[in-house]
Order: sequence, then structure tokens, then C-alpha cells
Amino acid sequence: MWRRERSKEKAKERLKLVLAYDRAKLSPGMVENLKRDLLEVLRRYFPAQEEGLSVALEERGEKMVLMADIPLK
Amino acid sequence: MKARAIVVTSGKGGVGKTTTTANLGAGLARLGEKVAVIDVDVGLRNLDVVMGLEGRVVFDLIDVLEGRAKVRQALIRDKRVENLYLLPASQTKDKEALDPVRFQELVRHLLEEEGFDRVLIDSPAGIEKGFQTAATPAEGALVVVNPEVASVRDADRIIGLLEAREIRENLLVINRLRPKMVSRGDMLSVEDVVEILGLKPIGIIPEDEQVLVSTNQGEPLVLKGTSPAATAFMDAARRVHGEEVPFRSVDEAQGLMAVLRRLFGGG
Repeated sequence: MWRRERSKEKAKERLKLVLAYDRAKLSPGMVENLKRDLLEVLRRYFPAQEEGLSVALEERGEKMVLMADIPLK
Repeated sequence: MKARAIVVTSGKGGVGKTTTTANLGAGLARLGEKVAVIDVDVGLRNLDVVMGLEGRVVFDLIDVLEGRAKVRQALIRDKRVENLYLLPASQTKDKEALDPVRFQELVRHLLEEEGFDRVLIDSPAGIEKGFQTAATPAEGALVVVNPEVASVRDADRIIGLLEAREIRENLLVINRLRPKMVSRGDMLSVEDVVEILGLKPIGIIPEDEQVLVSTNQGEPLVLKGTSPAATAFMDAARRVHGEEVPFRSVDEAQGLMAVLRRLFGGG
């Protein structure tokens, strides 16, 4: 029974993420669009693949940063 | 708190703004401050019923702002405690009549000419004009938040708006905390809320049936009760007043019993 993930951890994790987007005045849907556009630009330079590409806000110390993770073929 | 004009706000409705305003107002009056509590929720007046003063409303905030009544005529003196006054919201008039500049002048007048030590402004829910007007005269804010995701998210939004208005002395009232759920890991703790919102708490109020009982009776809890919420509200009032009051342990997560309970599945 002590293996069950406590619901407050889930609440905290979700809150942190949603507040990061709120504070950045960015909607998660916009990030999806950004991801698509980013892929288009990347492909002009090298054969990037959509699979595994992630763009997301991440906490780095005090700051929130937009992180792009771009796997190469 | 240094701020003498304090807005009580939350973004989300139903988290306990009015209860907090009534109890901190009554608590501060008990500590000897001359306090005015002002209901700014035009059209949805409630501070009067929560305080049990609804039968004595004659004039309201908008009557004062539009010159139909003098502020002294509209202020309702609470007979149960010295130096506590309510200025009720209008229940019928158009809320557009609530002019932020005039409202700010009224709050200044209360503090500078009428001898009030503290003005607590009960803000309507939301982030629109009603809240903006309520915040206009404020030098500080009490952000009422419940330990749940929707309330915390809205509180974050409100804090951003307060900061944009250059209101700087902002503190949290964490309301309706359920220690057993916290210790079980099923409710955000005080520490979690503080970490996420980045403001310090000035009140930690446990969930308490006596809050509803006191609202039913129209008597603020701090005027008679000794229940957990009554004590917690009075502690919060002392902190606003400027006393150093340590937080009582409402978080059962600490302590050996809590650890044992968690291990063996109780709580």
C-alpha cells in the first residue's frame, strides 16, 4: 500500500506544469504548433525526425526554460 | 502587516474570502484595532449575513460613493466587539456604479479622517473589474487558497495581478486544510502550497465544521469559539496585528505517530 503514488504528488506535478505555461502566457496547444514549425525549420538543415522530438517547459533552478530535445537520424 | 488597507482575495470563488474577512476583522478588533470591513461584491452581498448584521443594513457602499449617504450613516457598528464596523455592498444597484477612484478616496478617508487602523476589503471572486476595484486602494493582500489544484492555480494568477498593481505585502491564508489527508499524502501540504506560490502564509486554517455552524448563527467564530478554526483565525489576526505567533502543528505528517500510521495503513 505504500507503493501507491500519493495523489498530492500528482497534484503538485500537474500544478507546476500548468503554472509554468500560465506564467509564460503560453498554452500547451501553442507548444504543439511550435513543435511542428520547429521541425519544418530543422528539416531545412538536416534530416530531423518527428519521432522523439519534444518541446516543453522545464524548471531549471529559479528559471523556467523552453527545452527542445531533437533526436537525429 | 504594515499595510492598513488590505484586500482579501482568491481568484476562485468559494474558498473562504468572506469567512476570512469576517474573522480577521473581528479578530483585529478584539486586539484593539479600529477595523472597517468592506464588502465589494456588488450584487452578491454576503459579508453582512456571515457576520450576522444583515438586519441592520440601511445604506450601502454605492450610496456612500454616490453621495446619498454619509459614510458614518452607512457603517454598521458591530455591538459584540468594540471598534468593528461593516460597510455592506449594494445588493441591487448596478455594479458599474462602483468607481475605483472614489472607492480609493473612501478607504483613504476612513484611514486618515475617521480614525480607522485597518480596512479589510472583501473582494469578489474573479479577476475582472470587481476584483480590480477592490484592489485599487490596497497596500497589501491576503490571498485565500485551499490546498487543491484549481484554487492554487487561480491564486497564482491573482498574485501575478497584485504584483502588476505594485501591491507588495502579499500573504497566504491557507484555508480548509485537512491534516489527515495531508498526512496520508492525499492533500497538498502547507509547504507544497508555499513552495508553488512563493508567498509566506499568515494563516493556516484547518477544515472545521464550526465554521458553518458560526455562519448559520451569524457570529464570527473568533468572537466566541475555541474550535481549531477559531484558534487558527485568531492566531492569523495576531500575526496581521504584528505579533509573532508560531504556527500550531496542524500537519500530522510530522511526528512518529503519523509515520507509523502511514506505514501500517491507518489515518
